Order: sequence, then C-alpha cells, then structure tokens
Amino acid sequence: MTVLGPPTIQATGRAGRGSPARRRRAWTGWAFVGPFMAVFAFVFLAPIAYAVQLSLFRTRMIGGTSFVGLDNYERAFTDPQFWSAVGRVSLFLAVQVPVMLALALLVALAIDSGRLYGRAFFRVAVFMPYAVPAVVATLMWGFMYGSRFGLVGDLNDALGTSLPDPLSPDLILASIGNIVTWEFVGYNMLILYSALRTVPKSLYEAADIDGAGRLQVIRSIKLPAIRGALLIATIFSIIGSFQLFNEPSILQSLAPNVITTYFTPNLYAYSLSFSGQQYSYSATVAIVMGLLTAVVAYAVQLRAARRER
Amino acid sequence: MFANRRALLRTAALATAVATAAALAACGTDDNDGATTPVTADQVQSALEAGGSITVWAWEPTLKQVVTSFQAKYPKVKVNLVNAGTGNDQYTALQNAIAAGSGVPDVAQIEYYALPQFALGKSLTDLSSLGAGALDGTFTPGPWSSVKVAGGTFGLPMDSGPMALFYNKEVFDKHQLAVPTTWEEYVAAARKLHAADPKAYITNDTGDAGFTTSLIWQAGGKPFSVDGTKVKLDLADQGSTTFAGTWQQLISDKLVAPVGSWSDGWYKGLGDGTIATLVIGAWMPANLESGVPAGKGKWRVAPMPQWTAGGTAAAENGGSSLAIPKAGAHNALAYGFLKYATAGDGVKIRIDNGAFPATNAELKSEAFLNKEFPYFGGQKANEVFAQSAADVVKGWSYLPFQVYANSVFNDTVGKAYVSGTSLADGLKAWQEAAAKYGKDQGFTVD
Amino acid sequence: MAATTARKAHRRRSPLLTALTAAMLVYSLVPLLWLVVNATKTQASLFDSFGLWFSGDFSLGANIADTLTYDDGVFVRWLRNTLLYVLLGAGGATVLATLGGYALAKFDFPGRRGVFAVVIGAVAVPGTALAVPTFLMFAKLGLTDTPWAVIIPSLVSPFGLYLMWTFAAQAVPGELMEAARVDGAGELRTFLRICVPLLAPGIVTVALFTMVATWNNYFLPLIMLKDPDWYPLTLGLNAWNDQAATAGGQPVFHLVITGSLLTILPLLAAFLLLQRYWQSGLAAGGVKD
Repeated sequence: MTVLGPPTIQATGRAGRGSPARRRRAWTGWAFVGPFMAVFAFVFLAPIAYAVQLSLFRTRMIGGTSFVGLDNYERAFTDPQFWSAVGRVSLFLAVQVPVMLALALLVALAIDSGRLYGRAFFRVAVFMPYAVPAVVATLMWGFMYGSRFGLVGDLNDALGTSLPDPLSPDLILASIGNIVTWEFVGYNMLILYSALRTVPKSLYEAADIDGAGRLQVIRSIKLPAIRGALLIATIFSIIGSFQLFNEPSILQSLAPNVITTYFTPNLYAYSLSFSGQQYSYSATVAIVMGLLTAVVAYAVQLRAARRER
Repeated sequence: MFANRRALLRTAALATAVATAAALAACGTDDNDGATTPVTADQVQSALEAGGSITVWAWEPTLKQVVTSFQAKYPKVKVNLVNAGTGNDQYTALQNAIAAGSGVPDVAQIEYYALPQFALGKSLTDLSSLGAGALDGTFTPGPWSSVKVAGGTFGLPMDSGPMALFYNKEVFDKHQLAVPTTWEEYVAAARKLHAADPKAYITNDTGDAGFTTSLIWQAGGKPFSVDGTKVKLDLADQGSTTFAGTWQQLISDKLVAPVGSWSDGWYKGLGDGTIATLVIGAWMPANLESGVPAGKGKWRVAPMPQWTAGGTAAAENGGSSLAIPKAGAHNALAYGFLKYATAGDGVKIRIDNGAFPATNAELKSEAFLNKEFPYFGGQKANEVFAQSAADVVKGWSYLPFQVYANSVFNDTVGKAYVSGTSLADGLKAWQEAAAKYGKDQGFTVD
Repeated sequence: MAATTARKAHRRRSPLLTALTAAMLVYSLVPLLWLVVNATKTQASLFDSFGLWFSGDFSLGANIADTLTYDDGVFVRWLRNTLLYVLLGAGGATVLATLGGYALAKFDFPGRRGVFAVVIGAVAVPGTALAVPTFLMFAKLGLTDTPWAVIIPSLVSPFGLYLMWTFAAQAVPGELMEAARVDGAGELRTFLRICVPLLAPGIVTVALFTMVATWNNYFLPLIMLKDPDWYPLTLGLNAWNDQAATAGGQPVFHLVITGSLLTILPLLAAFLLLQRYWQSGLAAGGVKD
C-alpha cells in the first residue's frame, strides 16, 4: 500500500533524477524535517491527544467530572443533529468542490496558455479574494445577499423582479458555496498554475515540432503534470468542506434562523464547546469528524493512485 | 490514511505521553473553592488607599471615563481595563480562563441573564461577604433581584434596561398612526403601516431570545424557575402563550422586517423610517444618537404597549452587572472599584455619557427626570424610563444555563420565522432543547 | 530566456479566452469594488446611497485619517502587531516547511512515509474543537495573552510542507547534490548554497500562502489574546465592528470598511512584489532541462 504522497515523486523517480529510494536510509533527513515535526507535535498532536482524553470524560455543572469511557462516542453515533450536519457538508463537498476546482483549473490553464491579454493582472485579480479577511467578507456578502436593503433588493427594485432570497433555507447552502468558491478559486488556481509552470519548456517544444494541437497538449502534457497538485488540492478541499465553519458562522448573524448551531459538524463542535461548555462531547465530535475526513481523503487518494497505475 | 501501521502506533504512543502530561497539568485548579473570609468596609477603604493593580474585563464604553476618575481619586490604584469581547465572546474567554486557572480578571462585566450560570458554576465571589448587604435599597428592584442568585449576591448592577416603546414620530404622523398603548393596537398599526408603505415595517425581528423572554416577562409569564439544582421549565404558561398568540400574527403576515438587530441594515432602517418602532431597553438613546444621526428630532419615547388595556406592566431588557470572579486575587480592591462604578461617583459619570442607571437615587433625582433629549425633540424621556423601571413585573428568573439556552433559541424558535412552524411549537422545541441540556448538566428538570 | 521567447512567438493572444477569463475576473472583483466604493463614504452616506456606486461626497482621505487616528491610533498598533506575527510566524513557517519538504523529497530516513500521513491525519481534525485544549495547554505554559500564542501555531503549514515536497522533488536534481557531496560540502552547506536558489520559486509560493494565512488569522488570536494591545488587525477590526452591537457603543462601519481596505493593501503589494521573484525563479527552473 502506498502512503499519501505526491505522485510526481514517482514520476521523478522514473526520470531517474536521484530518487530517494536509491539512497541509503539515514537519519540525516530528520535534521531537516525535525523542526517542523517538533512544532507540529506541539500545536497539533498534543491538543488532539488532549481532546482524545477529554472525550472519555464528562463534566457537568452539577456533579463535576467523571470518566465515562466511550459514552460520548455512543452519543455521537446516534446524534441526529451531528449526522444532519455531516449530510449537509457531504452534499456541499459533492457539488462545490468539483465546481471550484474545475473553475480553478480552467483559469490556470487559460493564464498558462499565454494567450490572454494582461495575464499578470488576471493572476493577481483572481487571487485577491483570498486576501480578504473574514470580517470584511461578512460585510461584503451581507450587502450582496441582502434582499431588503442589499444588492439583491436594489436589483429587485430596479428591474421589478423578485429574485429569491439567497439567505432562505433552500438557497443558503448554495450561497455559502458561492462565497467559498469566490474565496478559494484563486488560491487553487495558483497551486495548479505553479504546478503547470514546472513543466519543462522542452516538452512543449517537442509537442510543437510534432504538430500537436492545443487540446492534445493539455491532455497529454499539462494534465498529467499537475495530477499531483490536483490531487492535493482535492484533498485539502475535502478537508476544507468537512471543516466548513467561517462562512456559515459569519452568515449566521444575517440568517440566524436558517444557519443552526449544528449547521456543519465544525460549527456544532464550536457551539457545544463555546456556548455549552460541553468540552468533552465537543472533542468527541471533532475526533469522529477527523476520522471520517481522513477515511474519505484516503479513499480519494487510493482511487487516484489506482488510476495512475 | 494510516496505511503505515507503525506510524500510527508511534503517533498513539506519543499521544498517550502528551495526554498524561496534559492531564497532570489540568489538575489543581479548584483550590480556591473555600468560603471567602468576610471583608469590612474599612478594609475595602484601606485597600483602596494602599493601592495595587486590578484587571477589569468589560465592554461597556462608559467605564473608560469611570476608570480615569477612579484612578484620579485613588492614585495608588491602577485599573487595567480590557475589552475582552462583547457578551458571549467575553463569557467564553472567562470560562476558558477559569478552566485554565490563569489570566482570570479581578472584575468582569456579566449580563443579568448570564449571571446565574457563573454564580451556580461557583465561578464568582458572593459579594455578601464583602459587604454588599449594606447596599440594599440602593438599586432598583429589577436589577437588584437579578444579581441575587441562590441566596447570595453575585454582582452589583451597573445599568438596567427597563423597556419602552421608541417610535419614529415622522413616520407615525405621515401615515396618521396613533401611538399604540396595547399590543393589539401595535399589531393593527403594523398592518396599517405596511399596507400604506410596503417598504416600511413596524419593527424588525429575526428571532431574539432576549427580546422574546422580555416580552414573556412583561406578559406575566414565569417560564423558568430555579430551586437549587431543581429547574422547572414551562414555555407554554399563560404569559408565554399570550405573547406567542400576538406575535405570531406579526410573523405570519410578514409585518416585521427580517433585519437582524445591530446590523448595518438595522441602523439604516432606523434612520430612513423603514423600521418605525423599537421596543427595547432604556439604554437605547445613546445608540440612537451615535448610530442613527439621521433620526435626530424624529424619534419619541412612549410606555411599552400593554397586554391588557389600561395595564402598566413593564420588563427589563438587557443590562449588566459587575462581578468578582473567584480566582481573582484582589477582592477588597475589586469590590472598592465595583462600588465606585455602580453606586458611587462612577454612576454620574456613566449617566453623563449616556448609560441608563440602576440606582434609585439617580432614577428619582430631578435633574435626571427633567433632562430634555434633543434627539427626542426635547422630550423628557427619562420620565418614561423611570416609570417603566418602577413597573417591572416581579418574580422573573433566568435559567442557570441561560447562555446555552439562548444560543439554541434560533435553532428552535427561529424555525417560526423561516418555515411553517408556529411560534408556540418553536417555544416548545426550545423548552425541550433546554431541558435536555439541563439534564445533561446534572440538573433535575421538570 | 531564449526558450521562453520562442514559445511566446508561437502563441497568439485569444480575445475569446480573454473574455471568458474576464467573466471570472468580474466575479472576483465585484465584492472588492464594493469595498473600495464604500471606503469613500461617510458613515451617513453608507446607509443612504447605492452600494456599488460612489455617493456625492468623496471622503476616502478623511476616512483613512480617521482610521489611523481613531482611539489614539490603535489601528497603527494593530498593524505593527500583524507585521510582527507575519514576519515571525509566516517567515518561520516558510523556513520549517522548506526544510521539511526538502527532507521528504531528497532523503530517505526512518519514518519518512509516516510523516505526511500523520500530518494530513492531524489536519483532518477540526481546529475549532481543538481550540479549548490548545488554550488550556498554552495557559499552563503561560503563553496565552502573549505574541507567542499567535506565532507558535502559525509556524506549522501542512500545505506548505506538501508544496515544498513536490517542488523540491522536481526542482533539485539529485546529481547536483551528489556532486556537491563529492566536493566535500556538508549537508547544510549543500542545502544553502545549491538547493535554496533552485527552490526559490517554491519558497516564494509558500511564503505567500503562509503570509496570507497569518495576516488573516482570526480564530486562534481570538481565543488566545485578551489584551487589545496585542491584537492583530483582524481582531481589531472585529472589535470595531462589535461596537455597533454594544449598548452605548458607537457604530463605526465606515472605519471598519476603510480599515479592511487598508488591511488588504499590504498583502496585495507583497504579492505583486513577490510575483517578480516568482517569475524569474520559475524561468531559472525552466532552463534546467
């Protein structure tokens, strides 16, 4: 079995450019990766370990803290609020991530093609939303989505239309998907674009000499070259979807009755912890969600690896 | 993901080691649990003169000036005023600090609805031991009863929010609406206004726990009762039902603007006449003056609409106390500051800067009652507010886990605003959610 | 450079493609246009004018001056804090990710295959739920309410690690390292003198991502910091925004909006600046074949 890693490494290996497997195993590598892992253990692993420990206990206002074994996990598995949240982010994942990545890929290919006017400007402009802080995004999208006082309202007035309210229960998930797409298209575009830029120029020249068409170049040179980047962008997008938090929590102040405290698993864990002081159950929800995410991410990676073969 | 079993096992081993360390570290926070030794007024005074430094967590803007004058009066005392977030943000920070056993402030602002939660969670000092008993009669009855929890006094009232009807007279005149004196008239005015101008609404409402509980309070409902660790919930009592029946009409007929309070859209609506009234606490004038300058001269104040014609019932809305967390180390000094800010010279400073007092002396003073508000066209608005403070219905109490209950208000009651669920069913769902949480927390709920 | 020129000569510019991408551009920029337009408005005209166009009085200058001086110029202090966090946090994160990614790509060491699995697995656990455990840990160590509580967690960028890993695998030829070793250079010297220049474009990309992440870091500082003197810009702006929701508070939406605009500008400037290195770095990488 393979462990998650960039397929490009295998490609590099085939090209015979100093693959790691050829070198003898030594501890030298740890000198380089050690600092990262030390800080990582401190800020990620230790809190997770703490959370695991918390998840085995229960603290009540009356009665204090007691060891409850796996009770919290049992509760999570039968908690309809938790599973409705999981269902919601799964739907979100199935729709939003493909749309966003397709857009990002198209823009990356367009910019890389060198056939655009003002390429540098496009690249900066599409990336710009990623730089916008959450508070600002609230104000902006609150304005955009406002059906009474906002842009949707103004459009309705001006055109005599009655556009549906983007913050209504039917549309809220799509509205959130729109914001997430807006924020992260540029980010993913940049990752894919930077992968495209590592394609050796000689490959294009060879293709030119062979008289290959544009689509052919995309299919047989560009897409294979960014497969690894696409995979990792997918996996990070899966993690991002399952952890959906900022956008719904921001919009909550505008649509408090539509975005419940258990709208996404992460929002649920947050509410349990911060409004309810149910640290233990909150930790349990987080761990279960982490495991679920890891399983899905791993499945995606396995499939990609199989297709590669 | 963990295809490599060795990696997994190694992680697990590390995890266990860290968990053990963390568990050890987590112990030993509760050594502050013993009864506080009584402190006399003289001791408080000498602590103020001896000096020292205290940290105060509060978001109330007028405290800044209070701190300045307090430090001028007691030059040896240094007050570190920190805005640790508004409302729930600050409570979260406070809970976290208490759990960690470090970084707990000496004084914290806590709203009345949240006070029982902290008091019963044994996080606050009972101020009786610091001489709070001597302040009986200083504060108006509503706030004073709000800080008394389970036989102790856990905060000193800083401000209060007796409710009143704020209305945009210009809009009322334009559409020839009479100022409603009952909720029935209020609903009628809502219909008439919205029919005359489809962009205008009598008020805004997107489901607000504080507002809803205040209206139930005014209607005579007592949905929450607490006796030690026994909690009784009844959101279908007489008062709650009365409220739900009336308010349901406003929601069903779309007569309330779907704009969240405190949003930019809200301030906009208050300024341009599309939100015509607010039934809200007496602390509102300062917000209107700074946030809705366009409304100057247009707004007026009237007593709350009544549930029965000719009644005089009122309720409190919002308001906060200053409390002393148990983990703080400077009780006498902290109490000295509390008294100064809530019952001493600080009160006048705060009123001058727009706060609404919770003290009898100020509420009855001629200067206070006769103050003319240019914003309200020269109206002596404090007369209305002071009367409301006196008319607050007695016997109300919040849940010992009201912070959580309010956080799930929109999950449950909120459904009535966006779907076919009725307000009464929403209240029922809210009761169930709160009851479930109460049981989880070890309370006896019925 | 010759190869680049030759390649460009073959490609014609395409108006159709430009138009399609332009649609994307509008999508990206309209909300930002809202921000720019509204930063020119006074608190009053924010409410009574159409959001996507300028209102009568153009008060961008006054708004900027107000933003920088409001509350004794606390905005400037927040800006300084943010710069500090970015410099140490994002800078450190870039260094750690570069070292780690290089090791994963170019060395075989015990546990190599496990490293990234553990990293991804840990990242999959929702961070909001870990905030309380992290806070309690940091509180025990006396780190809360200090800049370290913000900087230390910023030092880890799993995504940066991944990017450097793939980048190093492609950009650094093993032969070059072997040659350096044969010449008797130590591992650190080989890395600094030979590999870092080759890794430059990757480093710039990672620096950019970690910079944005640290610049916009909100949740962790919110939990860790209570003293507004240590706030980064995001927390500060949020505190200003909250003023509107406080009894007796003064709504300053115009300052929030102008402040937001000012918050984004340095990032954009940095991006434009870094982009040049990125270009030349990529070109250098391209010549290698």
